[in-house]
Amino acid sequence: MADAARAAERPKRPRKPFSVQRMPGFATVAVICFVALYAPLFPLMIYSFNAGESIAVWQGFSWRWYESAWANEQVKEVTIRSLVVAAFASGISTALATLAALGTTRTASFKGQTVIYVMINQPLMVPEIVTGVALLIFFAMIKVATGYTGLAYLIAAHTAFCIPFAYLPIRARLEGMDKTLEAAAADLYATPWQAFRRVTLPLMAPGIVAGAMLAFVISLDDVVITELVKSAGQDTLPTYMLGQLRRAITPEINAISTALLAVTVALLTAIFFLSRSKE
Amino acid sequence: MIQSADVAVNVAGVSKIFGSGDQEVRALDDVSVAIRQNEFFTLLGPSGCGKTTLLRLLAGFEHPTRGEIFLNGTDIAGLPPNKRPVNTVFQSYALFPHLTVGQNIGFGLEMQGKPKAEVEQTVDAMLKLVRMEALKKRRTSQISGGQQQRVALARALAPHPEVLLLDEPLSALDFKLRKEMQLELKRLQNETGITFIFVTHDQEEALTMSDRIAVMRDGKILQVGGPREIYDRPAERFVADFIGDTNFLRAEILGVDGDAARLRLDAGGVEIAADLPEGAARSGAVTVVIRPERARFLGPDDAPPDGESALDARVEQMVYFGTDTHYHLRLGGDERFIARIQNDERLARAPAEGDSVRIAFPARAAQVLKD
Repeated sequence: MADAARAAERPKRPRKPFSVQRMPGFATVAVICFVALYAPLFPLMIYSFNAGESIAVWQGFSWRWYESAWANEQVKEVTIRSLVVAAFASGISTALATLAALGTTRTASFKGQTVIYVMINQPLMVPEIVTGVALLIFFAMIKVATGYTGLAYLIAAHTAFCIPFAYLPIRARLEGMDKTLEAAAADLYATPWQAFRRVTLPLMAPGIVAGAMLAFVISLDDVVITELVKSAGQDTLPTYMLGQLRRAITPEINAISTALLAVTVALLTAIFFLSRSKE
Repeated sequence: MIQSADVAVNVAGVSKIFGSGDQEVRALDDVSVAIRQNEFFTLLGPSGCGKTTLLRLLAGFEHPTRGEIFLNGTDIAGLPPNKRPVNTVFQSYALFPHLTVGQNIGFGLEMQGKPKAEVEQTVDAMLKLVRMEALKKRRTSQISGGQQQRVALARALAPHPEVLLLDEPLSALDFKLRKEMQLELKRLQNETGITFIFVTHDQEEALTMSDRIAVMRDGKILQVGGPREIYDRPAERFVADFIGDTNFLRAEILGVDGDAARLRLDAGGVEIAADLPEGAARSGAVTVVIRPERARFLGPDDAPPDGESALDARVEQMVYFGTDTHYHLRLGGDERFIARIQNDERLARAPAEGDSVRIAFPARAAQVLKD
């Protein structure tokens, strides 16, 4: 009887699980957020196609600023420098991050593992300006001592802050991987190196590629640390753009920004699909 | 130590201790067992009994804290997994997701450095053995659970190991498929002539498939024997209880003659004959076990046949199971007894609840327990 009474009290319709999407005002907040995030990008992109010299007065469609940016020797020089630094920094940081990820997921748990984890991700937490100033002072000492003033300083600095960005997707990939697979490889006569080469590496490859791309984008977009670390005549694309903004602004800067944005979006899209792939 | 050619695996005094200090866990405690060539040997026990640890020691994923493991006369306790002619079928199958079915099966042979033609040939033979020829080029994610199971078997058998280790490989399959695979495993073992060491917690699986069974608990092997021996002659309470249903009765030993004993049951004071395992007490109070299906009803006027013992009881409850009926009986002295009687239309009159009955069981249906 008590059961029947309790059953009658129960609401007729099954309770829907709590969903933030059904909260009042959810759609409004979402739209406002997306507009705030992306709206400012549109004038930038639109005026990169302006036929006139203004970045605020529309005078018709034209590719002229893209052509002018493309023809600009200085832009070419800093773009190549940016790509070189990003390629080296992402390559080295991905290699180091791969080793770090293997070391933190494929060894018996050791004392201080959490400390190591925090230390690897330290560049995510420390303010960029602090790292920049620290590197500026440190590199200045080395420059005085050795006399070397080449691109290696920039590459080293970029490698340092790229490591956590490369590390996180690789580690996520390794943690999601069934460790029994490596045991199975060993069971089937694979030496530790063969097991790594034939099983672990192919399975973690999407993580490595995603990590490298993320590191590449982060390096390509960096301003603060680059601005502080670069020697004279070592402008990268972002620091060059920053320098240009201090003078007369033409839609050429819009064109370069739009191109940089396109590259970034393309890489991030690729990372998204890579990290989604199951195998 | 005896090291006959008949023994494939000899585990000698092996202990495995995980952790240290307060967190020390003794997963295996001085385990010794000899597994014969071409035998279907099962390690049976509840989870945490050490059966999987023993299997991992044989595979080389763990190394013993103490003791030796001989494979065909060679001490392998210190060898890494890739240096042991032993392969494993994992509970999760652990098929390589980035390789095809054929590549999975050929993996071990390739790692052994076998020539390509031989690898191809063996892979095809293995696919035929497990009846999967059509799926060679498939990804392992594109085949069913039962098919994955077959691929895992073929992959482990392809390098023709001296011993095949199977870690609860059937537990992920549904009931019907599991029955099918039990027969399939027996067939594979017969056809390949490889020693199978099979780990399970399912007593029925162990009884139907094994040549011999080792029952384990708390890191120790309690009893080793054929399925019939384990079932009919359990030496310890745990073994009797873990495998099948059984009745425990208190008794007192009156006299001993070799491996037979005369006892008086506390219930009703009836004298019975029982088997006495090695190492059991030879006098005083003991516990005996009698399987429920060994009992049968006597008519009210029937005398028990020669050598059989009879007990008076009252039916408390009946549970119908289709092929048989379980009678929950109360004996004199408040002990309980479950009798499993096959349902038979020809039976004159089946007892009803509350009836007084007499049950009889054959001379050596009872077994004395060591504990």
